[in-house]
Amino acid sequence: MDLTISKKYQDFRAEVKSFLEENLAPELREAGRFTTSVFSDSGLAMNWQKILHKQGWAAPHWPVEYGGTGWDIVERSIFAEECLKAEAPLLVPIGLQMCGPCIIGFGTQEQKDYYLPRMLSGEDYWCQGYSEPGAGSDLSSLQTFAESDGDDYIINGTKIWTTYAQYANKMFCLVRTSKEGKQQQGITFLLLDMNTSGITVEPIIGLDLVHEQNTVFFDNVRVPKANRIGEENNGWTVAKYLLEFERGGSEYAPSIHFQLQKVKEMAAQAKTTNGEPLLNDHTFRRKIANVEIETKTLKFTENRIKAALGSGQNPGPAASMTKILGTEISQKVTELAIEAASLNALILQPEAIEPGSGVDPIGPELTLTAMPRYLNTRATTIYGGSSEVQRGIIAKMVLGL
Amino acid sequence: MDFSLTEEQRLLKDSLDKFVQQEYDFESRRAIVENDAGFSAKHWQTFADLGWLAIPFSEEAGGLGGGPVETMLLMESFGKGLVAEPWLTTVLMSGYLIENLGSEEQKQRYLPAIVQGEMQVAVAVWEQQHGFDNQVVSTSANAVSGGYEINGQKEFVINGQNANCLLVSAKIDDGNESSLGLFCVDTTIPGISTQAFKTVEGGRAANVTFDNVVLDESALLASGEAVEKAIQHCMALGTFAVCAEAVGIMELLYNTTVEYTKTRKQFGVPIGKFQVLQHRMVNMFILYEQSQSLLLMAAIKLSEGGEEAQQAVSALKTWIGQAGRKLGQESIQLHGGMGMTDELNVGYYFKRLTAIDALFGNADMHLDRYAKALS
Ligand SMILES: Cc1cc2nc3c(=O)[nH]c(=O)nc-3n(C[C@H](O)[C@H](O)[C@H](O)COP(=O)(O)OP(=O)(O)OC[C@H]3O[C@@H](n4cnc5c(N)ncnc54)[C@H](O)[C@@H]3O)c2cc1C
Repeated sequence: MDLTISKKYQDFRAEVKSFLEENLAPELREAGRFTTSVFSDSGLAMNWQKILHKQGWAAPHWPVEYGGTGWDIVERSIFAEECLKAEAPLLVPIGLQMCGPCIIGFGTQEQKDYYLPRMLSGEDYWCQGYSEPGAGSDLSSLQTFAESDGDDYIINGTKIWTTYAQYANKMFCLVRTSKEGKQQQGITFLLLDMNTSGITVEPIIGLDLVHEQNTVFFDNVRVPKANRIGEENNGWTVAKYLLEFERGGSEYAPSIHFQLQKVKEMAAQAKTTNGEPLLNDHTFRRKIANVEIETKTLKFTENRIKAALGSGQNPGPAASMTKILGTEISQKVTELAIEAASLNALILQPEAIEPGSGVDPIGPELTLTAMPRYLNTRATTIYGGSSEVQRGIIAKMVLGL
Repeated sequence: MDFSLTEEQRLLKDSLDKFVQQEYDFESRRAIVENDAGFSAKHWQTFADLGWLAIPFSEEAGGLGGGPVETMLLMESFGKGLVAEPWLTTVLMSGYLIENLGSEEQKQRYLPAIVQGEMQVAVAVWEQQHGFDNQVVSTSANAVSGGYEINGQKEFVINGQNANCLLVSAKIDDGNESSLGLFCVDTTIPGISTQAFKTVEGGRAANVTFDNVVLDESALLASGEAVEKAIQHCMALGTFAVCAEAVGIMELLYNTTVEYTKTRKQFGVPIGKFQVLQHRMVNMFILYEQSQSLLLMAAIKLSEGGEEAQQAVSALKTWIGQAGRKLGQESIQLHGGMGMTDELNVGYYFKRLTAIDALFGNADMHLDRYAKALS
């Protein structure tokens, strides 16, 4: 166990800080500050990605030969932490975090050469077409069918919950290429162009009244077989690899900690019945303390996993554990936030968190994101494998039940 | 113990349920809350015609003499439809304050107009700086010749933008002594500015600023201890009413969730077959049943009046705040992605339960109140 913070890391932190200082323009910080889900304002997030890309920092976790930074796991954490503190916009993870690793792991040289640079630069905007109306938790029951036609597939079916399909020009998706055998066996991983004829995108509005998701309809959509990642009928292997990245690829504790600090700030401004700041209220302090302890616990659980990853092990079912913990603790933080915001949390004012809108908030600015975050964060225990599904995985894989 | 309803109460409940069923399906509600006022003037007139706007008033005042049980029935039904009409603030809360504090002349001026559906009144007592302590106010009413001058700000005045008149609490300073006064303020008087907003579940409220608002003497309903007591009781009534609404919502939500899990199939079976989910829904059912019990307890204590009523209401609000939040969250979770959309009513019930916890002081505040009054 090496608990000393070496000079190397201190220098690195200073370098990141000064880069952020210079490059995070006010409107980018605003986009970061007003983020209410895992996505920041889409356009500003892309602008930020372009700035990072110029610096060579858009995808720190990728291997160096594809444009990664070569940072070790500690440096990556430092970078993430400083971005958080500076309230940088969150980069859209669908390409960089999700599709990218799949192409790196399973794509041909040609596919890597074509897709990865465009993904890094932000030229391509990706969405993920996995879920279907009938295939949610039971993902491998998906029905969207890709029929072989010479060098192409012809796709028919429906994808649902496709986040940001309204902005994306590319989609990575799972389609059925065979109805034989077990349902996992006939699945193929495909990349496609959202401009292909026969694709229609319809919005789904969330309960926070934000348009993030979509339904995507495929009506005889022709996709070259050259766009396939991995072998035909072997898409489930690629998908499972990706799901592990989606679940365990990032750390939860730092951002939870950051949000908890914001709750404290909010509680310092709010008044209780006796006119005292809510932060001095014994009951509320204890609630914060409890969640802070949970967050610290998670931090060290994540540190243990990082240490294991550092020595070359696969996260495996540990990713399920941190996904359960990270999402459930962040939900608790959002609950504390709406409690601290009290009646201000009930005011509907989406325009005021539109970056650059210049609309004055009703009530303190800090309380603006409390309710949208509370509502949006409910989804985190549903997507990417629900908490129930994750517990099922642990029961089976770890406990052997 | 006999918890059965009287014949009249049963008829009331039937007509309420029928109204909600016929007029308040999800799409109709959406259209209602999206119009400017946030409620339907037509429905308001229907309420007047059916006598619902007269429910809580005494018979002398032209009312039906209804009590907590009638309030409970009405609000539970309204909860099931997320009814947007401002009965809670105009009729129950404002009505109570005017009937109990107003002079004969003031009652004559306001109550018939309320009962006939011609007037909207809102309660303006909450202030940002004092949480939900309604006895300490910063808004001031200085005696000036022939009346008062009001300065200050009230927050989250439910239905404030639609009100013809606001019931405003303010500290009266006549030079020697100060006491709490309650004023009935016509919203057309100069110096009142209203910052109107929608709320997260489609409701309407406003922050209202009073800047040298000059009132004549007849605007004062009462002052002193009577006002303190009346506001306290008015808040208890409002708290009780939103809790009844929450119980209606909870009943509907747990049923909706159970039905959904019977039809939604994953892994080849209805998801309601998974034991993990079954137990969760059993817990939702139990939360609802317990809420119903506590609601009845509070209705009885409120009917009896007396010291225990406040305590009972705080117990109820603490419980409902927690149970409602939990039940709402579970409904979303069990609906999966569908629960996260604006397309299902589930999200709106969930949001209303969330709002109800914050209104009138949340679970923590009422638990604190309850704890302080422990015998
Ligand atoms: C905000 C949001 C963004 C999303 N973005 C995308 C995207 O970009 N691309 C994409 O492809 N998908 C996306 N999804 C879809 C997401 O992955 C699915 O919602 C998820 O897989 C759950 O499926 P479902 O919604 O059909 O719920 P269901 O599978 O119907 O689940 C309903 C409930 O049943 C429970 N359940 C299901 N099976 C079991 C079981 N065996 N045991 C116990 N409990 C069970 C679930 O946990 C849940 O509580 C998104 C979803 C949301 C909410």
